[in-house]
Amino acid sequence: MSKSPRFSWFVFSSPQTFYPLAGTLQPWFAGLACVLCAAGLYISFLVAPTDAQQGESYRIIFIHVPAAWMSMFLYLVMGFWSGVGLVLNTRLSSMVATALAPTGALFTFIALWTGALWGKPTWGTWWVWDARLTSELILLFLYIGFMALQAAIDDQRRADKAGAVLALVGVVNIPIIYFSVQWWSTLHQGASVSMKSAPSMAATMLLGMLIMALGFWMYSIAAVLARVRCVILERERHTEWVMAEVGGPA
Amino acid sequence: MIRALGWVLRRDLLLAFRRRGDVVNALVFFVIVVSLFPLGVGPEASQLRNMAPGVLWVAALLACMLSLARLFAPDHQDGTLEQMLLAGEPLVVLVMGKVLSHWLVSGLPLVLMAPLLGLQFDLPVDALAVLCVSLLIGTPVLSLIGAVGAALTLGVRGSGVLVALLVLPLFVPVLIFGAGSVGATASGTGAEAHLLLLGGFLALSLVLAPWASAAALRIAME
Amino acid sequence: MNWHSWSEFLAMGGYALYVWGSYAVTLIVLIGEIVALIMRRRGVIERLVKFYAARRRNHETEA
Repeated sequence: MSKSPRFSWFVFSSPQTFYPLAGTLQPWFAGLACVLCAAGLYISFLVAPTDAQQGESYRIIFIHVPAAWMSMFLYLVMGFWSGVGLVLNTRLSSMVATALAPTGALFTFIALWTGALWGKPTWGTWWVWDARLTSELILLFLYIGFMALQAAIDDQRRADKAGAVLALVGVVNIPIIYFSVQWWSTLHQGASVSMKSAPSMAATMLLGMLIMALGFWMYSIAAVLARVRCVILERERHTEWVMAEVGGPA
Repeated sequence: MIRALGWVLRRDLLLAFRRRGDVVNALVFFVIVVSLFPLGVGPEASQLRNMAPGVLWVAALLACMLSLARLFAPDHQDGTLEQMLLAGEPLVVLVMGKVLSHWLVSGLPLVLMAPLLGLQFDLPVDALAVLCVSLLIGTPVLSLIGAVGAALTLGVRGSGVLVALLVLPLFVPVLIFGAGSVGATASGTGAEAHLLLLGGFLALSLVLAPWASAAALRIAME
Repeated sequence: MNWHSWSEFLAMGGYALYVWGSYAVTLIVLIGEIVALIMRRRGVIERLVKFYAARRRNHETEA
């Protein structure tokens, strides 16, 4: 009598099995994102009180801070999966890493844009060289470098592995860069210009930011799942299952 | 292993010596870039003195970055790099030798040239000394980090600009503390902390960068 | 309730440009990403269908 094979999550580590899983999960994450973002927006506009010093302009932090958190988080996740792809030589992990980059870069852009729009009414200039904003700028360059490197290399496997090395070097460097920039900014401007502390962190403000961050996280998962499905189709086009999936002629 | 290091060093230095043009070009680029800034912002002494650490350091960054094209590409083109990968010696050692020779040829001349250019910007003597020391510690870090970028983009089309895009963000901490050390001397707060941190970066990159470069070279040559 | 009228809500205490500029651009970027993904998927499938058709024609002419 033979035992039935034990279920292992590793069954999803092949593009062929992951593709339908991603397709099933994606709408759920998209739905969660809508719900959480709606709740976050409700809190940010209708619950959180007006700030005494900054007036209504502080409401921008409900997008700025969660977007900044997501941009850093997604880079770490990207580094993790490309590292897994490099060490274990799995194709799917590298595909996920490639799919993560554009979403991460977009959140970095959002963080920079909202940071500029927050800085103008608060400190009078469109660009503020504070530690977080400057680090976000450098993070954007790191994302663009990763995408540019992968785009420039024709051989897919080499592109994956080179991107992985770059992403891992970036992950090691991010704390160093952040520390350096933070030191640089306090030295040159003093603690007056710091976007870290919205004046008084009322509990509702923190709650609003957390919920928006969760909403962005769900959105990122949904977007990355959709993108990785496209990447899988593109890269695995020589396989039988993709041919059947796309419904090409037999 | 030391013999292998010495061999790579000797070979690279000999090759660089034979093509002195390449070496001198980087230095001339450094001088020209530094000289452009006063032309752009005006000759007012106090403004130049404030700008000097940043300008000199950014110019050093750019000069180092331009010279990265010479690091692995020529060996890749004539097949020597493949032999190095097949050789019995650890690739990390060979990479260290190449980086060391790259620094001796591209970084050290900048260190020696910097005081003269600092005088153009009316920097006081103690600031000049700190500038030299900061460049002395910092330019090897630039070579080490640059080697990773050069290895990743080996043989890739458009690699010149791509290397810049990859490597310049990683140079930022070195820039901040290198230029910051001179600024701290000029303002009287003392450059010890900055120089110690630069030393820390050097130690960290000595350990990690050759290893990452070797991995990138293997990936590029598969 | 923070706002006593719609116009107050839209004016955002004088900061309308900045607050709505931020939220609007965020919305545009995220919707833009979704649209781009939809278009990418359609493009991929279109190209693949053509690719398979061409490959089948190739095999038939070779056979």
